[in-house]
Amino acid sequence: MKITLTVNGKKYQRDASETKNLLHFLREDLGLTGTKEGCGAGECGACTVIMNGKTVNSCLILAVEADGTDIKTIEGEAKNGKLSKLQVAFKKNHAVQCGFCTPGMIMSTRALLEANPKPTVEQIKQAIEGNFCRCTGYQQIIEAVQDASGQLKKKEGLKRA
Amino acid sequence: MLDNTPKKDLKYVGKDVERIDVVEKLTGQALYTADLEFAGMLHGKVLRSPHAKARIKKIDVSKAKKLVGVHAVLTGNDLDYRVGLYLVDKYILARDTIRHFGEAVAAVAAETPAIAQQALDLIEIEYEVLTPFLDPKQVFDKKAPLVHPDLGSYSYVEAVFTPVPGTNIANHTKLRKGNVEKGFKEADYVIEREYTNPNVQHVPMETHIAVGKWDTGDRITIHTSAQSPFTVRNLFAHSFKIPHCNIRVITPYLGGGFGGKAGIHLEPLCCCLSKLSGGRPVRIQATREEEFSLLPCRSGLIYNIKTGVKKNGKIVAQKMTMYWDAGAYADYAVNVTRASGFSASGPYEIENAWVDAYTVYTNKPFGTAYRGFGHVEFSWGMERHMNYVADTLGIDPLEFRKINALRPGSKTMTGEEVVTNTGSVTKCMDAVAKSINYGKLTAAELAREKKTGMKIGKSVVALQKAPAMPPFTGTVMILKLNEDGSVTGSHSLTDYGMGTYTSLAQMIADVLRWPIERIRLPIENDTDRDPYDWQTVASKGLLLSGNAAILAAKDLLDKCYDVAAQALRAQKCDLDHDAEKVFVRHHPKSHVTYKQMAVGYAYPNGNAICGPIIGIGRYIAQGLTNLDKETGQGNPALDWTFGAHGLIVEVCEKTGAFNIIKVASAYDIGQVINEGSVRGQAIGGMIQGLGTAMCEGYIYNDKGQLLNPSFTDNKIPTSLDIPEEIDCIAIETPQIDGPFGARGVGEHSMIAVCGALGNAIEKATGAVLTHMPIRQENVWKALQSRSGKKATAKATKPAKAVKAEKPAKSVKAEKPAKATKPAGRAKK
Ligand code: FES
Ligand code: FES
Repeated sequence: MKITLTVNGKKYQRDASETKNLLHFLREDLGLTGTKEGCGAGECGACTVIMNGKTVNSCLILAVEADGTDIKTIEGEAKNGKLSKLQVAFKKNHAVQCGFCTPGMIMSTRALLEANPKPTVEQIKQAIEGNFCRCTGYQQIIEAVQDASGQLKKKEGLKRA
Repeated sequence: MLDNTPKKDLKYVGKDVERIDVVEKLTGQALYTADLEFAGMLHGKVLRSPHAKARIKKIDVSKAKKLVGVHAVLTGNDLDYRVGLYLVDKYILARDTIRHFGEAVAAVAAETPAIAQQALDLIEIEYEVLTPFLDPKQVFDKKAPLVHPDLGSYSYVEAVFTPVPGTNIANHTKLRKGNVEKGFKEADYVIEREYTNPNVQHVPMETHIAVGKWDTGDRITIHTSAQSPFTVRNLFAHSFKIPHCNIRVITPYLGGGFGGKAGIHLEPLCCCLSKLSGGRPVRIQATREEEFSLLPCRSGLIYNIKTGVKKNGKIVAQKMTMYWDAGAYADYAVNVTRASGFSASGPYEIENAWVDAYTVYTNKPFGTAYRGFGHVEFSWGMERHMNYVADTLGIDPLEFRKINALRPGSKTMTGEEVVTNTGSVTKCMDAVAKSINYGKLTAAELAREKKTGMKIGKSVVALQKAPAMPPFTGTVMILKLNEDGSVTGSHSLTDYGMGTYTSLAQMIADVLRWPIERIRLPIENDTDRDPYDWQTVASKGLLLSGNAAILAAKDLLDKCYDVAAQALRAQKCDLDHDAEKVFVRHHPKSHVTYKQMAVGYAYPNGNAICGPIIGIGRYIAQGLTNLDKETGQGNPALDWTFGAHGLIVEVCEKTGAFNIIKVASAYDIGQVINEGSVRGQAIGGMIQGLGTAMCEGYIYNDKGQLLNPSFTDNKIPTSLDIPEEIDCIAIETPQIDGPFGARGVGEHSMIAVCGALGNAIEKATGAVLTHMPIRQENVWKALQSRSGKKATAKATKPAKAVKAEKPAKSVKAEKPAKATKPAGRAKK
């Protein structure tokens, strides 16, 4: 089936097989491999993208269902070769280790900040609850989002006895 | 210490430096194996056994082979190759016998994943289902079915391991220190209990994936998510008898590993399918479900501890028996058994120690390395046991730990002497005790209890670990000077998230006195391009590769000084350097820039000297020995990193629900290299440990079939599960042979935190827990059996009922050992 959709502000038209999910469509048909697959079953959030302003697990959506939608992926986060404020905050606060959850994590927190520019810690935790991160233990990701929203009082640090 | 740069001159070491690989990860531009495309690539899929133990009566692949789009179909009959790290016991595809649920039985390669799946569905297979061997405690039952009847014919590393043919024992590690029987006689109390852990899955967010290409002339190229490219190459070469130089292993960006990607896994199968497909690249990407049973997990453990102790709290004897539930193949489990065997006591001095650690084959998915390498599992038992003993004696558990803590002058279980620079576990305990206000409830905590109706409890636990590695583990760093005076490094430690590359770059930058931006360490590794490293495991990377990095930077400078000395007609001893140039100290204007000498220095008239500059640093662990097979004595430890956790929990006595209010962790890491990375390792590992403690673990039915191979039924911690407050503390007692004094901390954060949770819950409510994980229902059950039942504790006074040496005897897992009154209120 022929579908038309906008990804990161660019229009694409492709033939999409009825059985292909949006995650594989983005990765294989559009070459946007930034979005990751962690489970393929809607449980880990690695494949999170923003569709018409809302986060979705792209592994649970068929490509044909995305016909006519407006999608944002990790590739659209940095503009003109410059990291976004959110990305800079992740960088500064050590919110990235292996990086495999990072694209999905950025998408979830991007959507959060758009809806709620000053989220509480509890709201940040809620927003990323569906995004598994096995490396960081989440704390530095939460701090990064606080930082990006101008709410991190002092940079949390390691105490040296 | 290999570098004596004064601390005040360090611009990067010890600071909070952003990761060198963060931008590509934040933009989605970092390429992981799954992101790579290869011309003509086929997709492989694996047919897995639904049975734990079975005989393959018949397997018919003819229909699958005929399917259009299928290029290769393989069964065990086609592949007479065994692989194995320390004990070569595993066929690439099961031949005749199925040994675990999820074992690979057949594989196909096809043009699309859908066709590959269709082909799998067309394979007809008939099993004769057999009775599996599932309980490692039955290892001495003569009638137990054998998982590997041919164990006696397998090759293995004889200097280190002891398989027992004719049994299910893949390895028996022994440790005998002092005179344990005499110690028990001197003891005022002998206290024994048993602790258990299930299999656990690593859950790297990137599942295992490999792309293999087997070209004519046996030239092999493998792209893989492996942690240790040289191990993949080495084991591949041995299995297929192909020269190492014919095999090229490339590891792109890695999405976590935690030990689960340390050995060789999907690579041989991809390559065999490729060979059969005429050399087309074949990719196999494990599904999340396959991660749980096709790929390895963490071994289960049944740990029996019997402690002889004096009234004053001094442990005088300890007998430790470990039954490691290794599953169907030995993989790393034999070495987990060895490494945890020699530190099974935790960071405490045991004058008279006796360890029998058995790696037991069972018909379950097989165990491999997992962050902590056995220490998470045994520390659960040991740290629970320390509280049990302390409670029995009526001594505060922290005090009891301090009485027995390793300190300068003590001997470890292998007889190695602890010195001041080994580090201090007591300092770690003190730091976390202070952070959680150990020993009392603050006014705020008392108010909180009143408000919530929940009980608050606190615990401090201690931990230690040394790298588990061959005594001769070595590595190399090569630094190549570029035309513009930047350097590109080449080495084969991998960075699957830990941040070690950034730490190495910091050290190199400080030795060279260059800005870190001029140092590039490519994250991808390639055995054709990069020099040897044994593996990226064991928390040895920072120390060994750090020393190699320092040596390489010094060697690079030395070569630059050679050029400058010649070009400037100066003696090397009069030269100095800064970020741009080497200069004569007393005539600073007389200098040569790195740019000028990078590819060979040319005089104005065109004459040239020297050539392109490369710095090399080689480093190998020193003074380590294999352990004596009978006594377990020797020097196994590159370094010991000590640590401690303090944990505060609140528990609902009605429902068993609990919240972790705070975890404070301290590690004696010698010298902080990167504050952000240390904190990242500390928190990440601690939460992973809490996952093990709170919710993770395999559940089987009585046929050995795995019931929960998914995130729905095997939860891992989410952002909602983390403690309300987290405190990370670094103690810095320099490691004499560590780079800038540093030692590793990658695994340590995961160790012992499970015991802290169990202890704090007991402290709060009196609920006694001896099995991990601690799910809410387990707490509830323990709460129900709390009162009334008097201790069946084997606390005898004086010690006499010394159990038989034969571990065959099945020691009953004790129920509530000691029904104390609800504690938690200890006001001191
Ligand atoms: S890959 Fe979509 S939720 Fe895991
Ligand atoms: S950084 Fe590795 S999973 Fe989040």
